[in-house]
Amino acid sequence: MIWNEAIETMPLEDLKNLQSERLVKLVRYIYERCPVYKQKLDKAGVSPGDIQGIEDITKLPFTTKLDMRDHYPYGLFSRPQSDLVEIHVSSGTTGNPTLVGYTRDDLKLWGDVMARVLCCAGAKPGDFVQNAYGYGLFTGGLGFHYGALEMGLTIIPASSGQTKRQLKIMQDFKPRILACTPSYCLYMAEEAKELGLDPRQGSWKIGIFGAEPWSEPMRNEIEQAWDMLATDVYGLSEIIGPGVSQECTYKDGLHLFSDVFYPEIIDPDSGVPVPEGSNGELVITTLTKQAIPLLRYRTRDIVSMTSQPCRCGRTSPRTSKIKGRTDDMIIVRGINVFPSQIEHVLLGIEGIHPHYQLVIDRKAHKLDEVEIMVEVDEKIFSDEIKRMSALEQKIRKEIEAILSIGVSVKLVEPKTIQRSEGKAKRVVDKRSI
Amino acid sequence: MAKQVTIFLENRPGRMKSISDILLEKNLNIWAFTIQDRGDFGLMKIIVDKPDQAQIVLAERGVACVLKDVLAVIVPDRPGNLEKLTTALLQKNVNIKDAYGFVCPTGKQGICYLEVENPAGIDLETVIAEHGFSILNDKELYDL
Repeated sequence: MIWNEAIETMPLEDLKNLQSERLVKLVRYIYERCPVYKQKLDKAGVSPGDIQGIEDITKLPFTTKLDMRDHYPYGLFSRPQSDLVEIHVSSGTTGNPTLVGYTRDDLKLWGDVMARVLCCAGAKPGDFVQNAYGYGLFTGGLGFHYGALEMGLTIIPASSGQTKRQLKIMQDFKPRILACTPSYCLYMAEEAKELGLDPRQGSWKIGIFGAEPWSEPMRNEIEQAWDMLATDVYGLSEIIGPGVSQECTYKDGLHLFSDVFYPEIIDPDSGVPVPEGSNGELVITTLTKQAIPLLRYRTRDIVSMTSQPCRCGRTSPRTSKIKGRTDDMIIVRGINVFPSQIEHVLLGIEGIHPHYQLVIDRKAHKLDEVEIMVEVDEKIFSDEIKRMSALEQKIRKEIEAILSIGVSVKLVEPKTIQRSEGKAKRVVDKRSI
Repeated sequence: MAKQVTIFLENRPGRMKSISDILLEKNLNIWAFTIQDRGDFGLMKIIVDKPDQAQIVLAERGVACVLKDVLAVIVPDRPGNLEKLTTALLQKNVNIKDAYGFVCPTGKQGICYLEVENPAGIDLETVIAEHGFSILNDKELYDL
């Protein structure tokens, strides 16, 4: 079933006209309502009149996460705070978090694209959805909630964690659809086995997994563990949250809802579009959002894209799974982690600037673990064991407060963290994703 | 006063060896050592014949370490002497933060190395002498 058939199967020519019409309107809307963007466009020498159609999009300047931070909280908004019905906050690189907001129409849009996601994954009217994404400031939980609500499915707002209860809910209500991070799904399979349950006999037959990168081998592992169809969902809070793109049951790329989120794939260094099928950075323009519409937002995610039609009938372009990042952001249990955040914390502790390294691992339990190694130099070294322990604890607590996930801190000897060309390697990702 | 070199070490194979390798290069002699284990890491405390030189060479090799004054008390090897020594310190409200001791040879004398908190700045050498013990002075220790 296709949720918004008229839009999702629209002939490419019509789609292009729709995108053109929307972009022209959007640029005028932003230019009139958002002084920060007006200045940005003036500086780039672009006036709304220069944008006649979608092909003019390359005339527009990019928007980056840095812009979000510099104009925190409301600088990039095109609507006053009183027009917002909801806001969400995610972690920023340093200092300010990233704030996004929604008008009532934006929430309607979110519900619509999330209903498309659910249908794309194979949901049918009458389905039960167990939503094990975190409810709260993170967009995952509420995004799925609004989509299921729009589609009229029965929602179990389980939120994240409490694995035994998740499994009990599954056994008691037999939901066919599970939405959570892929690593949590595998973790639940282990827990189920420990409780003497056979995951393959479980009720979940469709999984909608996202908020962290994952691979084909991981998909196979999940599908075999649970005897389910495991699909990939993509999104980011700056654009809307989850609901930017989703795999259909053919699992041949993620359908990107380009009538509302216009995608470009560019060379991250030159900013020039790459040929179709080549890897590049995904850049998105939100064509119809009201509260905080963004022009050419650089997602920093590396993907490839094809506009070849899909067997499912949808005409929207499809992207590959995320192949990498153009910055040093890592995603751990759905949380964005930047090494600069760790640096910020360490600097805040007695003004030290030690060498550190983040080690991300996915052990047998299948949940990602973060270990922060901090080199003990003469500035932080104390000859009292209790002070060293206190330092370790303090670093751990402050980092946990910023990232809102559990981490472990390991103090290591000077010069033990690998350096390449004199520069320390800040992140070691041992996960096989 | 005796000087102890306190060294930060990770708790993994080969770390103690790396310290003894550096000390051997400079032909430094270890008289006593102990390790405080704290899981992933520990503090190694050593008494050597040339503590200043040891600290410098270790620091040059990138080892996190510091020099610290400790009391080296000569304690005759007889039952009740540790009780006597600790009573003396308790009477002056001196806290022993860390300590290690040994006898050599058995039956003759022992040495206790004590890291103490002495906020009142009491003359501990006199206190200890009053109780019949003596503190190794620099000359005895380091053959100045």
